[in-house]
Amino acid sequence: MIELREVGKSYGAVRAVDGVSLTIERAEFVVLIGASGSGKSTLLKMINRLVEHDQGMVLFQGAQIRTFKPEDLRRRMGYAIQSIGLFPHWTVAHNIATVPRLLGWPSERIAARVDDLLVLLDLEPALYRERYPHQLSGGQQQRVGVARALAADPEVLLMDEPFGALDPISRHALQNELVRIHTASRKTIVMVTHDVGEALRLATRIVLLDRGRIVQAGTPAQLLAHPADDFVREFFGGDELGLRLLALQPVAGRVQAGESAPGEPLPHTASLRDALAQFVSRRVSRLPVADATSGRVLGAIHFGDLLAPPPPP
Amino acid sequence: MTWPRLGCLLRDPLPWLATALVLLAWGMPWFKPLFAALFPELDRPLYEQESFAALLASHLAIVAASSALSLVVGVAAGLFVTRHAGREFRPLVETLVAIGQTVPPVAVLALAVPLIGFGALPALIALALYGLLPIVRATIAGIESVPRGVLEVADGLGLTQLQRLLRTELPLALPVLLAGVRSSVIINIGTAAIASTVGARTLGLPIIVGLAGFNTAYVLQGAVVVALVAVVVDLGFERLGSRWGRWRATV
Repeated sequence: MIELREVGKSYGAVRAVDGVSLTIERAEFVVLIGASGSGKSTLLKMINRLVEHDQGMVLFQGAQIRTFKPEDLRRRMGYAIQSIGLFPHWTVAHNIATVPRLLGWPSERIAARVDDLLVLLDLEPALYRERYPHQLSGGQQQRVGVARALAADPEVLLMDEPFGALDPISRHALQNELVRIHTASRKTIVMVTHDVGEALRLATRIVLLDRGRIVQAGTPAQLLAHPADDFVREFFGGDELGLRLLALQPVAGRVQAGESAPGEPLPHTASLRDALAQFVSRRVSRLPVADATSGRVLGAIHFGDLLAPPPPP
Repeated sequence: MTWPRLGCLLRDPLPWLATALVLLAWGMPWFKPLFAALFPELDRPLYEQESFAALLASHLAIVAASSALSLVVGVAAGLFVTRHAGREFRPLVETLVAIGQTVPPVAVLALAVPLIGFGALPALIALALYGLLPIVRATIAGIESVPRGVLEVADGLGLTQLQRLLRTELPLALPVLLAGVRSSVIINIGTAAIASTVGARTLGLPIIVGLAGFNTAYVLQGAVVVALVAVVVDLGFERLGSRWGRWRATV
C-alpha cells in the first residue's frame, strides 16, 4: 500500500531521515517510534507530502506520490495530530465534515456520516454535534480529531502523536477505541509515538528509529524477545523488558486444562503480567483460570508456566 | 416583553447614545435657546450655515469610503506578506507601517494638500493612508495568531492554499483583524473632523469655524456630535466582535 525506498530528507547539514526503506501492507498498524529528533515525525509527513523527500522515492498504491496533487493525496489519507488541531471556529460536526465537504459530498450524506462517526467514537451525536471545540474535554477533542481523520473513509490513517496531550485514562480509552476501529475496518494505520507502552499495545509492527535510520522493525513480541542490540533493549525498557513481554501474552496459552487451584479465577484474556502480579500479591504458585465471558473454569496456571508453555499432556 | 429584558435594554448604552446622536444631528436648532443661555455673549450661538444632518452624512461618507479603501489595501498587503511568496517583503512593510504610524494625522493632511489640492479627495486619500497602518498590523498579527497545529491539519487534510486561507486563517484572524479595523475607523472619525481644514465638508467644520471666530458654542456643537459618532461606532464594533467570536472560550 505504501512503499518507501531509500527515502531521505535533509534540513541544511542535518539528515533528519537517512535512507529509510519500509513497505507498509494493507491493514497493518505500523507504529514509528523513537526519541525526539529520531526523524519519526518527518518520516510520517513524507507519506502525505507535508514534508517533501529529497532522496529516494515514496510509492502509494504503486504510484510515486509526486504524481498525485498534494491535496488529492492528502484527502485519501486521514490525518490526526494532538487535540490543538481542531478548527476552533467550527462546531464538532463541521470539523468532522472537513474532508467530505472538500470532496463535495451531498449534505445528507455528510450529516449521516458525522452521526455515524460520533457514535463510533462514543460521543452522543445530539449532545456533541453543535458544540465548539473549547466546550469539550481533551479526550473528547481527540475523539473528534480521530473522527475527522476517518470521515471520508480514507485508505490510510496517519497519526502524529495523537494522544500525546491526554491524561492516562483518556489515552487508554482512546487506544482501545483505535484498536477496535482498526480490527473492524482493516484500515492501514501509520502512527508516530514516543510512548513505548502505546506502541506495544497498538502496533502490529513497530519501527524503531534513531537519527533518521531504522534500527529494528518487527512485531512487538519480536522486538522484545529478540532486540537487535543494546539500544533496542534499552529503548524497550531495559530491566522492564521482561515484564513488557509478559504483558503482550494472554494467560490462555499457558493454561493446564483440567487442573484446579483455590481462589478467585483469572479471566483467560488477562495477560501473563497480570498473572505474575496475582502470584506475588496472593503468595501462591498456582492460579485458577476461567473463561472471561462464561465464567467457566478452564484450568490452572502454574508459576513456572510464565517462562514457557506447559508440555502437552 | 418581560421586565428583566426591558431592564437589560435600558442598561445597554448603544440605543441611548444612537438616539442622542440622531436627536442632535436633526434637532440641533431646538437647542438654540440652551446655547444662547450658555453663551450669552455670542450673537449667533448656533451653527446654522449647514444642517448637522448634512454634515454628519458627509462625514460618515468620507470615513466609510476611506476606511473601505484602507481595509481592502491593508488586508491585501497584510495577507501578501504572510504568504510564502511575499515573505521577503514583510520587513519592508512592517518598517513602513511603523514609520507611518509615528506621523501625526494632521501632518498627513498637510502633506496631501500641496500634492492633490483642497477638497474631499485629499482628505479621503490622507485618511485612507493613515487608516491603513492599524489594519496592516492587525492583519499580520491576526494571521500570526492562528495556531500552528490548525495550519498543519488544514494542509494535512488536503485543503488547498486558498481554502486554507479562506476557511481557517481569515476566520480565525477575524477577531484580531476586527480590532484593527475598529481602531482604524475610530481614528478616521476623529481625523475626518480635522480634514475640514483642507476643505472637506465634515463635522469638523463648525469646530474650525468656531475656533477661527472665537465661537465656543460652534466648537462645542461640532465636538459633541463627532464624539457621539465615535462612541456609537465603537460600541457597534464591540457588538460585531462578540457576534463573530462566538466560538471563542470567552462567554
